[in-house]
Amino acid sequence: MAGETRPGVGAAPERRSPWSLNHPRVRAVVYQVALVAAVVFAVWYFASNTAHNLEVRKIASGFGFLEREAGFEIGESPFIAYGAADKYRTAIVVGLLNTFRVALIGVVLATLIGTVIGLARLSHNWLISKIASGYIEAMRNVPLLVQLFFWYAIISENLPGPREALNPLPDVYLSNRGIVFPVFASHPVHVWLGVALLAGIALCWLLARWASARQARTGQPFPVFFVGAALILGLPLVVFVAAGAPTALNRPALSGFNYTGGGVLTPEFAALLAGLTLYTAAFIAEIVRAGVLAVDRGQFEAGAALGLRPRRAMRLVILPQALRVIVPPLTSQYLNLTKNSSLAVAIGYPDLVSIANTTMNQTGQAIEAVAIIMTVYLTISLSISAIMNWYNRTIALRGARR
Amino acid sequence: MKRTAVWAGALALAISGVGSAQAQSTFDAVKSKGFVQCGVNTGLAGFSQPDSRGVWKGLDVDTCRAVAAAMFGDATKVRYTPLTAQQRFTALQSGEVDMLARNTTWTITRDTSLGLNFAGVSYYDGQGFMVPKKLGVKSAKQLGGATICVQPGTTTELNLADYFRANAMTFRPVVIEKLEEINNAYFSGRCDVLTTDVSGLVSVRGSRAPNPADHVILPEVISKEPLGPVVRHGDDRWFDVVKWSLNAMIEAEELGLTSKNIDQQASSTNPSIQRFVGATGDIGKMLAIDNRWAYNIVKQVGNYGESFEANLKPLGFERGVNELWTKGGILYAPPLR
Repeated sequence: MAGETRPGVGAAPERRSPWSLNHPRVRAVVYQVALVAAVVFAVWYFASNTAHNLEVRKIASGFGFLEREAGFEIGESPFIAYGAADKYRTAIVVGLLNTFRVALIGVVLATLIGTVIGLARLSHNWLISKIASGYIEAMRNVPLLVQLFFWYAIISENLPGPREALNPLPDVYLSNRGIVFPVFASHPVHVWLGVALLAGIALCWLLARWASARQARTGQPFPVFFVGAALILGLPLVVFVAAGAPTALNRPALSGFNYTGGGVLTPEFAALLAGLTLYTAAFIAEIVRAGVLAVDRGQFEAGAALGLRPRRAMRLVILPQALRVIVPPLTSQYLNLTKNSSLAVAIGYPDLVSIANTTMNQTGQAIEAVAIIMTVYLTISLSISAIMNWYNRTIALRGARR
Repeated sequence: MKRTAVWAGALALAISGVGSAQAQSTFDAVKSKGFVQCGVNTGLAGFSQPDSRGVWKGLDVDTCRAVAAAMFGDATKVRYTPLTAQQRFTALQSGEVDMLARNTTWTITRDTSLGLNFAGVSYYDGQGFMVPKKLGVKSAKQLGGATICVQPGTTTELNLADYFRANAMTFRPVVIEKLEEINNAYFSGRCDVLTTDVSGLVSVRGSRAPNPADHVILPEVISKEPLGPVVRHGDDRWFDVVKWSLNAMIEAEELGLTSKNIDQQASSTNPSIQRFVGATGDIGKMLAIDNRWAYNIVKQVGNYGESFEANLKPLGFERGVNELWTKGGILYAPPLR
């Protein structure tokens, strides 16, 4: 053993090969490359297999079908005019607007009803709180689809036909075709009314900012609520009067089979809205109740000790803390409501899924149609999440952010 | 080093195990499965509906049974998948069912861009309208402004829009996917009019209306609706079997062969009948099935006329154009030789 030096005790062993899997960095790189390769391979495999199968069976693919004539009518298209001669693209946009319509109104109504029921369940009045919990248990435990069928059956089977319609108010008719009511005849001033309303809202927001800055400086409160309400309601009113107060009504009249003219609330829309709203309100009620119960008892007492009146204490002390607990689960309820609106296809409301399904059937392009549905719902859900997360950040405790 | 070898070996195995997915042809798949998976309607009386004991009966069901009798010599080797109008094409395209016998109209779009082949026509139909008698409507041209119940994803929906556009009338559609629900909507008064193929209207009126005499089917037939069985593109051998099973039923009626007399007719000296029952010739071999395929179809399922009598006559259907060409209709099977 002459001439050999042994490494000393405690020295690092010599590396035998720079590419051995025993070296942690080499291992990390190899795993990473293998994972990326596996993912890329899987995606390529599915895509090319699908394309190959479509080609072998001579099934059309691509999004060119959007430019073709749709050929079918849509039952409700309240925002844009649509006829059977329009393209598939337009039909899908009509479906999207219908989904928005039911989702937006549903979210607002469900929040209002849910908050009321949630606070009712917290009430000290035994009867009110028991009725509220009965409602919550009933609505949460029956599947939504069954509830939709129930509302649709009630509305469409128990109301009379249009020729024997109920007439509770002048020009308002209730039949199994829906509620028809008079609306203001279309007039150019309506655009200006919309502009005035937006201006009123903007001015009100600026006023609130100015008033809170002034209160921080001088301590004087400002009646923002009343002045703001006056702005929001008053500006459009001024514009209305200035345009000569046009009150021409578009009255519904029975002609042939149905009522023409006026506005209509169809049984499909009403049933979907009722079912979705009441179902989601039950969940929101529990979330609100959880939020209020999560606020420490001591906060109520502290608010009273500061001399705040109960309503001001609720608004300034309790609710901001309760909202922090309420907003994240509330976001997922909003997402649920939007996605549950796709059940409309079972009762005949022409929402996005219903129209995309019809398109898929008429053109045979299932993959493209489902991709459109998925992309739209993903976009809507991500937008709702983004908005609610932004709101959540604005009400977070300063310094509590991680 | 050992670890590297294990990794490399696993990777090589994974790559070699993944071949390109070649679908077995439907004919071979059905043969090895031992039964035919048939897509039918969820419940259309006379065409495909389970009876009170859960046994499927109808004209479309008989088409499926004929294919099974031809393939396996046993008409009971069928399993049924009830499909709504919206599900039917995706189910067939994806391979969930082997064939579709679901009162489906033969159109060029379905024949080409959906990747399907129509194996003939089992019922020549047209689209019509049904209204309650109390509305006092005598013709489809008086239907302007009406609310009309229709199923989505059908030629009915498209023809309806075309007809009203061509006649400068408007209407409001109520579009519900499930057949039961759309019938409910019509009978509860939600819509004024129900529209579908006239065969569907007669069937629904006969089986579902509380009082059939209260409903009238308007005289206008606004479209051609040739209904027939459907298979996928690229399956020529299976396509041939389905096509010729249907043709055999029609040819049997033309030759006067019924399920009752085929045994005694089998010994007839008529060369056409001999070829039909497989006593001479090898048509079965050309289709790669048993030579007594047509005999099995007629013995176990019956000829077209028998199927019509058993399924559709009780509901009030008339043969109309669905009669043999020798008797004034347009059913014409190509010769079996």
